Amino acid sequence: MLRAIKGQIQKRPRLFEGIGVVAIALLILFAAPAILTAMGQEFRVNMLGRFLALAIVALGIDLIWGYTGILSLGHGLFFTLGGYALAMHLKLQLPEGELPEFFTLYGVKELPWFWKPFHSFPFSLAATIFVPMLIAALLGYLVFRNRIRGVYFSILTQAALIVFFNFFNSQQKLINGTNGLKTDTAKIFDVYVGSDDVQRILYILSVVFLILAYCLSRWLTSGRLGRLLIAIRDDESRVRFSGYDPTGFKVLVFAVSAGLAGIAGALYAAQSGGISPKTMDIAFSIEMVIWVAVGGRASLVGAILGAILVNFSKSILSEQFPQVWLFFLGGLFLTVVTVLPDGFVGWLRTQGVDQVRSLLGRRRLLTYPSLAEDPEVEYERQNLRN
Amino acid sequence: MTALLNGLFDGISIGSVLLLAALGLAIVFGLMGVINMAHGELMMMGAYTTFVVQNIFKPLGAPWFGLYIIVALVAAFFVTAIMGLILERGVIRYLYGRPLETLLATWGVSLILQQFVRSVSWMLVIGLSLFCVLFFGTMTLLARRRNFQRIRNWVLVILLPLSTGIAWNVATWVGGIYKLPVTQPWFGAQNVDVTAPGWLRGGLKLGASQVPYTRLFILGLTIVCILGVYTFLHRSAWGLRIRAVTQNREMSACLGIPTQTVDALTFAIGSGLAGIAGCAVSFLGSVGPNTGQNYIVDTFMVVVVGGVGKLVGSIVAALAIGIANYIIGTNALGPFVASVPFLADFFAFFANASMAKVMVFALIISFLQFKPAGMFPQKGRTVDA
Amino acid sequence: MSAKILEIEDLTVSFDGFKALNQLNFSMEPGELRVIIGPNGAGKTTFLDVITGKVQPTIGSARFKGKNLKALSEHQICRLGIGRKFQTPRIFLKLTPRENLSLSGNRYKGVFSTLLNKRPTGEQQTISGLLETVGLTPKADIPAELLSHGEKQRLEIGMLVAQSPDLLLVDEPVAGLTDEETENVGNLLLTLAESHSIIVIEHDMEFVRQIARQQVTVLHQGSVLCEGKMNDVQNDPRVIEVYLGEAPSMDE
Repeated sequence: MLRAIKGQIQKRPRLFEGIGVVAIALLILFAAPAILTAMGQEFRVNMLGRFLALAIVALGIDLIWGYTGILSLGHGLFFTLGGYALAMHLKLQLPEGELPEFFTLYGVKELPWFWKPFHSFPFSLAATIFVPMLIAALLGYLVFRNRIRGVYFSILTQAALIVFFNFFNSQQKLINGTNGLKTDTAKIFDVYVGSDDVQRILYILSVVFLILAYCLSRWLTSGRLGRLLIAIRDDESRVRFSGYDPTGFKVLVFAVSAGLAGIAGALYAAQSGGISPKTMDIAFSIEMVIWVAVGGRASLVGAILGAILVNFSKSILSEQFPQVWLFFLGGLFLTVVTVLPDGFVGWLRTQGVDQVRSLLGRRRLLTYPSLAEDPEVEYERQNLRN
Repeated sequence: MTALLNGLFDGISIGSVLLLAALGLAIVFGLMGVINMAHGELMMMGAYTTFVVQNIFKPLGAPWFGLYIIVALVAAFFVTAIMGLILERGVIRYLYGRPLETLLATWGVSLILQQFVRSVSWMLVIGLSLFCVLFFGTMTLLARRRNFQRIRNWVLVILLPLSTGIAWNVATWVGGIYKLPVTQPWFGAQNVDVTAPGWLRGGLKLGASQVPYTRLFILGLTIVCILGVYTFLHRSAWGLRIRAVTQNREMSACLGIPTQTVDALTFAIGSGLAGIAGCAVSFLGSVGPNTGQNYIVDTFMVVVVGGVGKLVGSIVAALAIGIANYIIGTNALGPFVASVPFLADFFAFFANASMAKVMVFALIISFLQFKPAGMFPQKGRTVDA
Repeated sequence: MSAKILEIEDLTVSFDGFKALNQLNFSMEPGELRVIIGPNGAGKTTFLDVITGKVQPTIGSARFKGKNLKALSEHQICRLGIGRKFQTPRIFLKLTPRENLSLSGNRYKGVFSTLLNKRPTGEQQTISGLLETVGLTPKADIPAELLSHGEKQRLEIGMLVAQSPDLLLVDEPVAGLTDEETENVGNLLLTLAESHSIIVIEHDMEFVRQIARQQVTVLHQGSVLCEGKMNDVQNDPRVIEVYLGEAPSMDE
């Protein structure tokens, strides 16, 4: 059963997948906003836009956790850095010689040196991607090089997150501390970022970047590199004895994943009216992992679905019953890990169909050790025919 | 020089809190390879237990109130140990050998515990106990039936919503009748305060500065706990079994050691130590649902730096991190480097509590470049890695 | 420049004072098939660990083709041309045998060449040929976790060959195999020995007799007890005492 489905998936031509992706993208782009508006839930369009941005982070998490087996609990850091990089640029869209308003509050007269390059739009865009990537690469290199892995790595990423959280919170004079940077009243190309037009463009951009991120992840995981990542996940020291140095691969995939988080952070910040150190909360970063876990590890579609599903249920549940949300989330962690370790998509792939049937009392007839699917039998059959 | 010595003592005292908090974590991680993200929340439960015990003793008046700490320590230990036991039996034992999944599952538990403390009321307790009785009671009854395996899925699908529904409705009904006394949360989302008994207030004069008695008490408590754990692991029959299972699980099982009991026991003790740590930290400040979160990262760092090989690793690591935090945070080195403006600026920049953590993290990462497996790594021909 | 492919001098490895290897001296000519036997705890696996860079020697050195292996990490040593098969088969369970072989056979193992390089045209054939050799063609495209133990052993030997190393280290290749499978593996090793240097570590004396055409080395308590032809070794009184025992069935 499993094999048959897998075979189908593998053999399915790339063309169909491409058409599928484009179709879904068009659906999200045009149908979803129209439907939501028709239901009188217009504010949910913006919400969906933000969740699409979060789905980009989920793809990054899936790359490192689902495929490579590296659990990062610090992706909020890269997310926030991306958000700040864009927000800093937006904050600087002021008449010549003026400083962002919070500087005057703290009595800062001159723009700190590291703000200056953010006057340039291309630099800021590059920074949203490359600053998180650089930091991830550095941290990853220092840690992976020493063969620190598994939970140790997770704990260290969490510590890094907390360290940056403290740093951003305590530096009022540099980056406005706890309050963060507001973006909706800032202007980009002389239009308010919070205006409907800009938000609509940002929504489209989120869809576009999600597709690009999907294609990138698909490319990384489909070829030989993808198989090597899986090999690292399953038996890292064996990879070493096969002549590969896992450090480089892990650093690469960790950095790519951080870059995706950076883009997502920028898109999220622009759509939610600002960015603050709050996104470096420990809980938020672990939540990212559960999105992927719910959707299905090592499945890119699963990661995207999981991110959107969990976030929608979060917003609905915490609107209706704010007390229940944490219970629900905690329960979700427990159930997914114990009952559905491969997530929703993984469950569908392996046994979903069978289980639904058996629950309805209709068992599938199993031939003795699945004779028809035995590769050896199949092989002999084919050879006899020749 | 006295300033530095004072700093050293303050650092040790911070380190001892850290150590007490990390001790249970280190045992559970070192012996079972399980990272318990809910450790901080178990500490928080210990702190709340202390709060409850204190409130029970308050009406008893002066001589008795002074002794509530002893009761609170014991109560905190047992409450959290039992919770740890439930956690191990209910969740963690299904996840052995999958450390990353365990980490996520225990994080889920920690979220539930946080929200539980915020919203626990008589109503919730009634609903929850009713649900447990209905659900697990029926399951146990049905498990005796011969065709249980066949109908199990059906039973789950029917029973889960049914018992949830009954429990929910009964609880809201009770809440509707008795109103506030049952619906009001016990603790709420606000922080609560634990007052130290009279004999722990004030402090010991040491030259110009004063060492609070609570700090000394925690230091003493830490020493007692370490000695207790050490004696237990190395001098008792169960300690021997625990160490045996750590070294070779299959072999121990073959020799008739009940490995499952050993796991449960180890976890319960680790959790109980978290409760004691929670009791201790409740004297240092007010206690809230998020108290556990403040300690979790630092205690993990203790485990990473100390290595999992030996208990002494955690001790040295906790003290080192505590002292480093204090010295950097108070800029105790400032006067020594005042002559070099660059260094002085550098140290002044890091001289507050949160920036000190930045520096300490950088130090930890550089330390791991030389000793990736911590101070006291496990040696020998390892099977993997 | 020495002609030996592997030279080990005065090698000592100690773990917390316990000497797993004790002043071990060993050398081997190119093209040799050497069998190493010895009782449990003689240091056989540690010996391989040192050669492949998993364990660093406390004292002494290991030289491969005259190059000191000290301070090289596992993947560097592997790229020099030393391949290793583990005691229990270590293959990538979630990948198919074909993918397993293609990963091992990849010539350029840098990060970006793995990502960007096109596969050489010959690779497909080489891998198909290898699958044929290890007898896994029918199961080439199912996840390797579904293979039987013997198939996993053969797949791992195949992965080793795909790396095309000059020296193969094979740790207990027939543990847990049936007699027939054992003989297959033996023949496979003998075929490989025509073009490679091989060190085999083994307990199964029947199997050792099958493949040991040249020198046999006996390890005991971390150093070489004796070395020689199979027949000489078998009759050496010291070997009988520490390892083989006085069992009459040992006489052929």
